[in-house]
Amino acid sequence: MIDTTPWLDALHQAARVRSDAAGLPTRRDEAWKYTDIGALGVASFPLAGRPQGSLPTVAPLTTDALQLLLVNGSLQVLPGAELPAGVVIGRLDGKASAELVEAHLGKVIPAEAKSLAALNSGLFDDGVLVRVGAGVTLERPIEIVSVGQAGGDPLAFHPRCLLVIEDGGAATLVERHQGSGRYFSNSVLEIALGAGASLRHYTLQDESPEAVHVATTGIELAAGSRYAGMLVQTGSRLSRHETHAALAGDGASFELDGAYVGAGKQHLDNTTFVTHTAPGGKSRQLFKGVLDDQSHGVFQGTVRVERAAQKTDAHQLSKTLLLSEQAEMDGKPELEIYADDVKCGHGCTVGDIDETALFYLRARGIDAETARQLLIEAFLGDVLEKIAAEPVRTAFAAVVGECLKGAHATRRTNDHHQG
Amino acid sequence: MDGIEQVRSLTDQKYKYGFVTDIEADVAPKGLNEDIIRLISAKKGEPEWLLEWRLRAYKVWLEQTEPNWGKLHYPPIDYQDAYYYSAPKRKDGPKSLADIDPKLLETYEKLGVPLHERAALAGVAVDAVFDSVSVATTYKGKLEELGIIFTSFSEAVKTHPELIRKYLGSVVPYSDNYFATLNSAVFTDGSFVYVPPGVRCPMELSTYFRMNAEKTGQFERTLIVADKGAYVSYLEGCTAPMRDENQLHAAVVELVALDEAEIKYSTVQNWYPGDEQGRGGIYNFVTKRGACRGRASRISWTQVETGSAITWKYPSCILQGDDSVGEFYSVAITNNFQQADTGTKMIHIGRNTRSNIISKGVSAGHADNTYRGLVKVLPKAQGARNRTQCDSLLIGNTCGAHTVPYIESRNSSARIEHEATTSKISEEQLFYARQRGLSEEEAVTLIVNGFCRDVLQHLPMEFAVEAQKLVALSLEGSVG
Repeated sequence: MIDTTPWLDALHQAARVRSDAAGLPTRRDEAWKYTDIGALGVASFPLAGRPQGSLPTVAPLTTDALQLLLVNGSLQVLPGAELPAGVVIGRLDGKASAELVEAHLGKVIPAEAKSLAALNSGLFDDGVLVRVGAGVTLERPIEIVSVGQAGGDPLAFHPRCLLVIEDGGAATLVERHQGSGRYFSNSVLEIALGAGASLRHYTLQDESPEAVHVATTGIELAAGSRYAGMLVQTGSRLSRHETHAALAGDGASFELDGAYVGAGKQHLDNTTFVTHTAPGGKSRQLFKGVLDDQSHGVFQGTVRVERAAQKTDAHQLSKTLLLSEQAEMDGKPELEIYADDVKCGHGCTVGDIDETALFYLRARGIDAETARQLLIEAFLGDVLEKIAAEPVRTAFAAVVGECLKGAHATRRTNDHHQG
Repeated sequence: MDGIEQVRSLTDQKYKYGFVTDIEADVAPKGLNEDIIRLISAKKGEPEWLLEWRLRAYKVWLEQTEPNWGKLHYPPIDYQDAYYYSAPKRKDGPKSLADIDPKLLETYEKLGVPLHERAALAGVAVDAVFDSVSVATTYKGKLEELGIIFTSFSEAVKTHPELIRKYLGSVVPYSDNYFATLNSAVFTDGSFVYVPPGVRCPMELSTYFRMNAEKTGQFERTLIVADKGAYVSYLEGCTAPMRDENQLHAAVVELVALDEAEIKYSTVQNWYPGDEQGRGGIYNFVTKRGACRGRASRISWTQVETGSAITWKYPSCILQGDDSVGEFYSVAITNNFQQADTGTKMIHIGRNTRSNIISKGVSAGHADNTYRGLVKVLPKAQGARNRTQCDSLLIGNTCGAHTVPYIESRNSSARIEHEATTSKISEEQLFYARQRGLSEEEAVTLIVNGFCRDVLQHLPMEFAVEAQKLVALSLEGSVG
């Protein structure tokens, strides 16, 4: 345990009491209806200690990135470069920028009973603090890499990050999760955007195939702030990525897109809660998934518009391709509307590749396999091309491409066996 | 805004059908226990197996808990503080319409269901349920010629026990859910329809029933079986007298469609919704489910829900037969303090099964209107298709509209499409209509009628007029 301050200890203690009493959520809890978080025995994984031996090196996705490296939840490498005035990137120990941390930590995502965020609040041992001061635009992207390293025995860790962008500030955050072996990563990222602040946020979940990944991201948007996020999930054995966004200031804008590729026995869950509490907010969500083999996809998206949030414009769309007989998709888009002058909608589709499009390509001399591949790539490409930063887009697309190739290969083998 | 004023003045319109008929009721003591169930069964002269079935349900019910997942808020229901049996008093069974208590006939007159006229004019056979016992069945003769059985449930138990025994609880088991289980234990009457193979029922079958005696929960049981290649269209419409205390209503409807059979079930629900302060009103907890058991069978639910303080209702289709089709068309309008949590379940089991869902919710006043639905495609439902459209309209900023769809697909060849929107009547639309000389109220009625059109057009002619009037009436009282 790193040296902390009394109030941080208190936060730990309170959260621990809450999460111990309630335990892990089960499928009887409505929000966990489709994902059995306890199924793989994570409750008994021992906490990871300080990483021993040599540190892994992870090449940054963009050459100018300010990289932070967490190994098994503990912060190992901080960027050495000199930071612009008003920018703080450091350890979340409650001492650095104490007032700021105290004002936001555990506030964006309160440690509610029976939540994985409460478990994190009770157990996180180390973390990252990023602050971008008022009016500062941080040109270089911040890249937070969480690496899980499990040897023979499984282990659990709970990375924690707090990112505060003050009024009028702007930044880009790249978040990566990867690793090897069997581990349970339960991360929490809290983001507070001041008035007029903006953040681009690219997340790649490419965990070890044996990993259980839970991530809870909370975003608080003040008036006129903007959040644009991209969430790509390809890794882990079982994953649940939860995003809680609160559009609390007038005219805030929230955009979150997601792409995921499941194969084998993977279980990939994307859950979002977007709450509009102030007028004139806009939210957009587009999630696209491709599921092969016996993989299981889940999309749950709640959009809540409170009475004061007139003139809200909210839309959400989830589209899934099922490539195999055994793949499964569960969707639960949800609208909860209490204001009348709003434009809200959601859509959800599940199906196979469009036969007409396939026929069109084949009529142009493209063989069936290639045509399928093209259509699947194009299906996800729609989402991936929204990544503004070119090197990030290329890197994310490459990971997705590899996964699709893997899925493609297994299907061919299956077809072969069937044939 | 004069719009708001208009809402207020129109909302104050009183419930048109609020009157209580004074008929001496044959009432069992208050409360629920095994003896009451034995009494109900004995009063109806039921066979032993049915009594046992009821008692089994009762035992299960004692162990069950009331569901609380709906977006509904109401004070706890005291199930011991209600009467479970009441029947209009009579010496012998009525031989003809002339034998029926004239007051009862008067009630129907007020409701606009003049039995004798209706029978003659509309060609509609009416199995009228007054509280709990069927009092008149018309057009029986004509239906009998075709071999169609349309009778009260209690009579069917006596005359066609083999059919009842075969199908009762085969779609909604006696232990299905809290309210259906309660119904299984204490149901008093309802309707039974059997259409033999290849027969197309030449008229719309209709039941008008209304709750009457004070504090009598109503527990109907409806069972409709369409044998191979048969067709039947069934209409259910209800109004209830105005009353201060909440009344519990827990009906069960079971539909069975065999090979190539089709059942069309239409409901207009206009029970007392409570007053402007949310006092009183019917609690409506209904289990409706149809089994498309045969190949290429079809079940279609159409509902117009404008009444009740609480509506908890999910007419569903189990699409077992290959190529079977399930449909759900719903308009739900809530105003004042009404709460509706309604929707459907489409369970795709057979190959090439198709389902279509259109739901239109209109919420006004302090009301909450929730669409809750499930589309589930099981692994063997090769080529299944679903299309769902849920639209909500909010009128005023003190109400809520919610959409909670569950979509579960386990077959890659299945195609599921769900779409939902929430909006208010646009200023442009209103402006356009008003510019052409319509009053604001007329404009709103027109626009909302257009909003509901996709559903209303699925109602049979006999109901379309009443339904449109009802929508308009509810709108007049709720839109500005």
